[in-house]
Amino acid sequence: MKNGRYNISTLGLELLMIALALMFFFPLYMTFINGFKSYNEVVTSVVALPEVFQLKNFITVWKQLNFFGVFINSIIITVVSVVGTLLISSMASYQLVRRPGRVSNVIFLSILASLIIPFQTLMVPLVKVAKDLGFINSLHGIIIMYWGFGVPLALFLYHGFIKGIPRELEEAAHIDGCGTFGVFFKILLPLLKPITTTIAILHSLWIWNDFLLPLITLSSNSTRTIPLAANIYFGQYTNEWHLAMAALTMAVVPIILFFLFMQRYIIQGITAGAVKG
Amino acid sequence: MKSGTRKLWTYVIFVAPALVFFTLIILVPFLRAILYSFQDWNGISSDIAWAGWDNYAAILKDTGFHKSFAFTLKFVFVTTILLNVFGFLLALVLNMSLKSRNLLRTAFFLPYVIGPVIIGFIWQFIFTNLFAEIGKATEWSMFMKNWLSLPSYAFWSLVIVTVWHSVGYFMVIYLAALQGVPADLLEAAEIDGAGRWKRMLNVVVPLIRPAMTINLFLAISSGFKAFDLNFALTRGGPFGSTESIAYHIYLDAFTKNLFTLASAKAVVFFLVLAGITLVQVTAMKRKEVEM
Repeated sequence: MKNGRYNISTLGLELLMIALALMFFFPLYMTFINGFKSYNEVVTSVVALPEVFQLKNFITVWKQLNFFGVFINSIIITVVSVVGTLLISSMASYQLVRRPGRVSNVIFLSILASLIIPFQTLMVPLVKVAKDLGFINSLHGIIIMYWGFGVPLALFLYHGFIKGIPRELEEAAHIDGCGTFGVFFKILLPLLKPITTTIAILHSLWIWNDFLLPLITLSSNSTRTIPLAANIYFGQYTNEWHLAMAALTMAVVPIILFFLFMQRYIIQGITAGAVKG
Repeated sequence: MKSGTRKLWTYVIFVAPALVFFTLIILVPFLRAILYSFQDWNGISSDIAWAGWDNYAAILKDTGFHKSFAFTLKFVFVTTILLNVFGFLLALVLNMSLKSRNLLRTAFFLPYVIGPVIIGFIWQFIFTNLFAEIGKATEWSMFMKNWLSLPSYAFWSLVIVTVWHSVGYFMVIYLAALQGVPADLLEAAEIDGAGRWKRMLNVVVPLIRPAMTINLFLAISSGFKAFDLNFALTRGGPFGSTESIAYHIYLDAFTKNLFTLASAKAVVFFLVLAGITLVQVTAMKRKEVEM
């Protein structure tokens, strides 16, 4: 469905949309410029540009939050959680599809059905389970929890995708003496690349930005993630807006850069994930 | 026989990890949530007593929960409509041959990749500082109020920020659906004398129904689960007026130590959400047309 003619009303619409987009961007612009101001400048006017673009706030925040450590925590949690989820879900889906039967069916359907359970229903007992297993305040603990929470959607998407792949290739590899592991890692995994990208993007965005699970399971300074760290500047009695805006800028820039570089894949992935899910 | 056991072992090795983590992290907590909801326990002490239906009876009298339930329903209703209307309108416009189309799409989608907590903090700054400054300069009464400390304004500030944050996502899904509408079908309708509105209602809308089903589902379920913005932007306030169900359960469980009562509320929440989304999806699936 395309509208080919470009006339004066299209131009008007275009200008209107550009104005709207600028307004859309304004809150982020506010965040960026106020991170460069001194406290007094922020209090005097939030709209005015800073007199000098000074990096003082960023340095203070960097040290106060131990931002490097926090950033590394977020990276480790996101990457290991996503890679682990991809591996265990693709492996399980492979056998569940290729070895159909009552057991496979029951496993698949129960995991699928759990997609409807909201996290908030699980979080109260989850904290108890996590305490018993020593998963509180530990990176490996939260990673294992993300593996659990990541499985249902990943399994569902892999399951659908693998069903569409003909078996002939795997059978040929089997005849050539390839074992099940060989077939999976050498033949099937490369074929799964499109759906793997989709799942990786959906899960990365979710885990990188997730707040509630870290909030209830990570409280020590050494395990904090970026959203948790930013929370510090928004306690009940703080109004150090200049530092807060610097912290938010530092929180926002990595994900915006990631988005701008990966935009095509992200939008494709999100559309594919939503349509299938 | 030997190859049979070997096959079984391969199956177990491939399937077990996913099954174990699912059981540990989702299934066990889910069953425990149901169990806790019939018990009386503060989450810490060693004696757990059976409570029967007491927790559920308490929910019936819990005005705080009713209030958060009412807030959440209103919030879901308003955001579902606005996200879908604006998402669809943006998609329609960006489906036209505008020169800056790709740039605009990026701009509208951009907020979605940022975490809602960060978004909440950003807007806290906007509502308290920027609005005050605009108010001073223009003397418009709308900007002279403190949006986050007046209940009805706090509600709308959550709605505005939610729409700003997620409308790009709804736009992208509608856009993908619109691009799937075949041009020849529209031309045929035009030749048959169908005007702009008729083409929209009778050709485009039926063809993008699947996207509508998805978008309504997403808006409803994410609206019900709203937590991050309520936490970061309004802290449930003023006077608990923006306490979503999720935030209410969080407060009960983790700040008031009402472990078992919170579990009962969590179970009720699950039943309501599952019921509503199942009804919505089955009702709308029936209306979809196959191409």
